[in-house]
Amino acid sequence: MTSDTILPQPTYYDEVQRKGYTRRDFVQFVSMMTAFIGLEQSAIGQVTKALESKPRIPVIWLHFQECTCCSESFIRSSHPIVADILLDKISLDYTETLMAASGTQAEDALKHTMTKYKGQYMLCVEGSVPLAADGVYCMIGGKTSLQILEEAAEGAAAIIAWGSCASNGCVQSAKPNPTKATPIHKIIMNKPIIKVPGCPPIGEVMAGVIVHYLTFGRIPELDKLGRPKAFYSKRVHDSCYRRPFYDAGLFVETFDDENAKKGYCLYKVGCKGPSTYNACGVMKWNGGTSFPIQSGHPCIGCSEENYWDNGRLYERGSSFAGFGIEASADTLGKIALGVTGAAIVGHAVATNIGKSTLIHEHQEEGIKSEQALND
Amino acid sequence: MASKYLPIHKLRRVYVWELPVRFYHWLNATVIIALIVTGFFIANPLALMSSKEATNQYTMGWFRYIHFAAAYLFFFNFLFRIYWGFVGNKYANWRQFLPISKQFFREMWTVFKIDILMFKKNGQQQDHLSVGHNAMAGFIYFLTFLAFLVQCLTGFGLYASMSGWWFPKLFAWFPAMLGGDMLTRQIHHWSMWFFILFAIIHVYLVFYHDYVEGRGEISSMGGGWKFIEEDVFEKDKHQTPNPNK
Repeated sequence: MTSDTILPQPTYYDEVQRKGYTRRDFVQFVSMMTAFIGLEQSAIGQVTKALESKPRIPVIWLHFQECTCCSESFIRSSHPIVADILLDKISLDYTETLMAASGTQAEDALKHTMTKYKGQYMLCVEGSVPLAADGVYCMIGGKTSLQILEEAAEGAAAIIAWGSCASNGCVQSAKPNPTKATPIHKIIMNKPIIKVPGCPPIGEVMAGVIVHYLTFGRIPELDKLGRPKAFYSKRVHDSCYRRPFYDAGLFVETFDDENAKKGYCLYKVGCKGPSTYNACGVMKWNGGTSFPIQSGHPCIGCSEENYWDNGRLYERGSSFAGFGIEASADTLGKIALGVTGAAIVGHAVATNIGKSTLIHEHQEEGIKSEQALND
Repeated sequence: MASKYLPIHKLRRVYVWELPVRFYHWLNATVIIALIVTGFFIANPLALMSSKEATNQYTMGWFRYIHFAAAYLFFFNFLFRIYWGFVGNKYANWRQFLPISKQFFREMWTVFKIDILMFKKNGQQQDHLSVGHNAMAGFIYFLTFLAFLVQCLTGFGLYASMSGWWFPKLFAWFPAMLGGDMLTRQIHHWSMWFFILFAIIHVYLVFYHDYVEGRGEISSMGGGWKFIEEDVFEKDKHQTPNPNK
């Protein structure tokens, strides 16, 4: 019931074989992962060796305030082995949505992994942690999500903040954030945290992080915001296949116009690709089928912090919270312009009245000099 | 009484704005106009239709190119102005802009009373306060320098990821501090309005001072000269905060 439920960790290759994949499938997967995590071709051998020889990394996957779209994305990643070895086969020792066990057994499995693999397991957190009202907004098995997270983070080798909720709070932390939904990095300070924002994020990133960690024994290189550079160093805009239309100045004006049919750039209908860092344009979704822009929908910038509060989804304009219902910055600017204009007119009138003597004197002086010259 | 015997002023020529200051001013004005126009276009491009193939068009590209080129000029011009604040004449000195003395605040208050509330001082409708900027103007320019800084940090911060050069990458920490490009872009857009409002008020006040004082305020940014009444010159020789004192 307890310790026997968890088998000793075999290697990834053992699991791939057991699942019935061929060597060819395996090497294909390795090549793909090597490219994804931004390594040179020459590293394929190293990655292969790591997956063949090193035991699987135990993974605990916690779900807090979230919608499970991250898990959904993950099980639809482009190569079947990604989901298979990482989800079915890597020791996903505990994950509320996908594990077979429930109740006491599940809690025991979690506890067991946490003690047995202390300091070795990868903690994957999906969802934000509500801190308001002592955390009662999200409780599992009688514990608040904060307690669960703190316990699980204690012995984790590294933490993957999986998805926008865990990385930056996502929609539930939108103003006024009633549950005080908090991202992981603001709670756990003493562990390496890999942020994988996106709503949902791209499944391969998870596999990439695990393969990288397995091969090199350390987490991949992160950018200034804590995201793996291999996936988040370029904007969606930079790898967008509609980019030439942007540069040419050809835009979709409305969703049903001729330009939309021609596949022009979606910038003017609110595309946030120019301010969103992600690999959507390259990796795409659902096994490389498509991504929002390819389907004619602007990027909403779901992997960016505060995308829900930073302007409207279908407009480029800057919003300005606190002035009416989302007054746009330009509307306020125009009002300020009007007020300034009125103030200037008022001041000009006041000047002519208040300083009339002075102005009169200057004029007289000037005219006098002018007449003196005429003589 | 004064009007009975109308004084004819003897004016003394003062070289206020040195050539580098004037050069800075007009380059700054030009690039700010370019930045605002192209910035508006980038934020909300016009629906320019053309029968040309997309490959033969580069409308947005050109607008962005001008924006970025102007941004570089703006930045280095700004840096130059800061440098000139240490080596230029006393009217260009950095002390003209920072409210660090009691006298500075007193002068700001006087300017507010005379130029905005239209109060009289010692029965006069105008008081010759300073030869260069008055304290209020100096302080407003200080605010514009802060706005310059905000625009440089946000602008080059946004540009950093597109550039291969190390220089814009020096600004990459700024969007990271704000959590990403989205908020950075919004701040960049909001701050732009400060420049528009400033420019309008600035131009108006230049005309205002020229009108009520008649000392060549408008033309001073052309030739660098302002014209000071001889008696004021003698009396208030050291009226402006003199950094060399």
